[in-house]
Amino acid sequence: MYQYNDDDQTLVNERVAQFRRQTEQFLKGEITDDQFRALRLRNGLYIQTHAPMLRVAVPYGLLSSKQIRKIAHIARTYDKGYCHFTTRQNIQFNWPKLEQVPDILAELAEVQMHAIQTSGNCIRNTTSDHLAGVCADEIEDPRPYCEIIRQWSTLHPEFDYLPRKFKVAVSGASHDRAATQFHDIGIHLVKNDAGEIGFKILVGGGLGRTPVIGQVIKPYLEKKHLLSYLDAILRIYNLFGRRDNKYKARIKILVKESGLENFARQVEQEWQLIKDTHELSDARIEAIKAQFIPPAYQADAAQEGSFAVQQQAHPAFATWVKHNTVTHKVAGYHGVFLSLKAPDTPPGDMTDTQLDTVADLADRYSFGEVRSTHRQNLLFADVKQADLFPLWQQLDAIKLATPNIGTVTDMICCPGLDFCSLANAGSIGIAKEINETLDDMDYLHDIGDVKINMSGCMNGCAHQSVGHIGILGVDKKGVEWYQLTLGGSSENEAAIGERLGPSVAKHEVTQAVTTILDVYVKQRLEDESFLDMVKRVGIDPFKEQVYANH
Amino acid sequence: MQIIKNKQIVDDSWRTIADEDNLSDGDITLSFTRWQQHKQDLLNHNGKLGVRISPADSVADIADDLATLQLIELDFPDFADGRLFSQAWLLRNRYGYQGEIRATGHYMPDQVFYLSRVGVDAFSPENSERLAMELNNLNDFTVSYQQSVN
Repeated sequence: MYQYNDDDQTLVNERVAQFRRQTEQFLKGEITDDQFRALRLRNGLYIQTHAPMLRVAVPYGLLSSKQIRKIAHIARTYDKGYCHFTTRQNIQFNWPKLEQVPDILAELAEVQMHAIQTSGNCIRNTTSDHLAGVCADEIEDPRPYCEIIRQWSTLHPEFDYLPRKFKVAVSGASHDRAATQFHDIGIHLVKNDAGEIGFKILVGGGLGRTPVIGQVIKPYLEKKHLLSYLDAILRIYNLFGRRDNKYKARIKILVKESGLENFARQVEQEWQLIKDTHELSDARIEAIKAQFIPPAYQADAAQEGSFAVQQQAHPAFATWVKHNTVTHKVAGYHGVFLSLKAPDTPPGDMTDTQLDTVADLADRYSFGEVRSTHRQNLLFADVKQADLFPLWQQLDAIKLATPNIGTVTDMICCPGLDFCSLANAGSIGIAKEINETLDDMDYLHDIGDVKINMSGCMNGCAHQSVGHIGILGVDKKGVEWYQLTLGGSSENEAAIGERLGPSVAKHEVTQAVTTILDVYVKQRLEDESFLDMVKRVGIDPFKEQVYANH
Repeated sequence: MQIIKNKQIVDDSWRTIADEDNLSDGDITLSFTRWQQHKQDLLNHNGKLGVRISPADSVADIADDLATLQLIELDFPDFADGRLFSQAWLLRNRYGYQGEIRATGHYMPDQVFYLSRVGVDAFSPENSERLAMELNNLNDFTVSYQQSVN
């Protein structure tokens, strides 16, 4: 993975010093609340319902074991012994003390981490495919370009006070696992007719209040033009994006109001004026690529025989292999998901002791690296098949081996009313209730791939509008109600879920979900997935049953 | 009154002429609108000329006048309005403006480093107590990742 050079390190150190000064000035009353708010947000610090919340950047979801140990240390020393993984591959601490945040940032800088631009109206952390570099359907590893974009966007002097937040995702595979169609800019590595690899650029996608699927603005862009093209989009957005209404300030609204064609023309005009002034050189691309070379795989990893025997002998192990591991482009290796969706744990949460053990296991079994996924789980990307059995046993011992990846209980969930000052309704409690009700693993595995996404408010941090089943908490005169949607997807066939009907009361949510699943089980065709069935029959059969007793 | 210019605290010779004020000799700044409407009347002005621009103004509209303008003030109504950062970049990079670009109004002391990178070379804080702080903040970072003006 990418290692900081002296300049990278200097930059994060200087950022820590700057924020330390800003915090001191704020505590002495030398800068106003409004000003400090803008500054702390750009360092990941929110003021939440109970305490500040600090969001730490995990660039494109990649972490070293050393960084994981540091996160464990911070959770133990400055927080209540746990942290939370977000849908944008980042990490949140829910209980830091404001005056200690500069110290936390200094600790992060020691392991080449930071919280720069993890909130505020600026360019946020660039996200990517959690299977980057190891999946078989990849055109090219997206991570070097993510790193190039990370550097370009970090402390960009012109684009730090945008109309609204700005998110970029990059995918290098034919299967989109990075929800690129729901980002302000989505980037795909593609091959043109001449066999050269470049980028397809999408613009104006987004979730939140007004979910919009991104549109192609540039079908093919040569690699050398990546940064000039991003500059052109950002300059047009910065100058012309709406600033009169925060709900209309995202680039998706500018694209919609201008029309894609007009917007694309403006960007093209701007780009033509700058494209030759700063090209991305081959040498620079190669230098960054050299930091993402594959680890030293064993050529004979697939020859080993115990793997098949252990699956025969231990059905629970076989079940876990089936659901929590993915195929790897190298024979004899697997990607292993660590489920952060154990029945009695809030989705995405981890304790300091789990983190420490995960760091040790990563060192032993996966070349010292861990990835965070946008469905709030972790991944060991490079595990030898011979190691799967001992790894499973050790993950099971720390409750990270629930075999529910891709099932109904692998829910995406925001912190909700329990922690977040924006939320209208709780989400963790309902996730727990659904989890407890659907405790029959055989039933879950029979249902298969159903993605439930649940957000506690319209801001949609848990991407409910693209959940196969979306659950959105709303406030009705101080009471928590929930709207259900069906048929959303953030993958290749991107779709925004359709509203099932009137919102339901809190105590009815779990019943509604189980009813929806029952309708699916009864009416599905052979091998038909939940999403395919919703597409085939529409929402009416589900609606009839869910509201049957209303 | 004092300002920061080229990383030095210096005395300021410029006077702001409001739209309802009469023109006078000396170094004066006018609003973008007044400049657009009355620039012909100022051909024989005795003193230097400057224009104040707001975030919604298009610097392309004064591109042909830049040779006669010695000062362009970026007048921040609100520190969160980032359009002026792009205006400064355009003035320096696209239109080759060589004169002084000065930040005024409600910008933050913590924005001066970014402003200097996009080509702002003078700062006129809302109160003089901020001069030392802003001078110090201009050195917040010794490294940067992107191309800009500086």
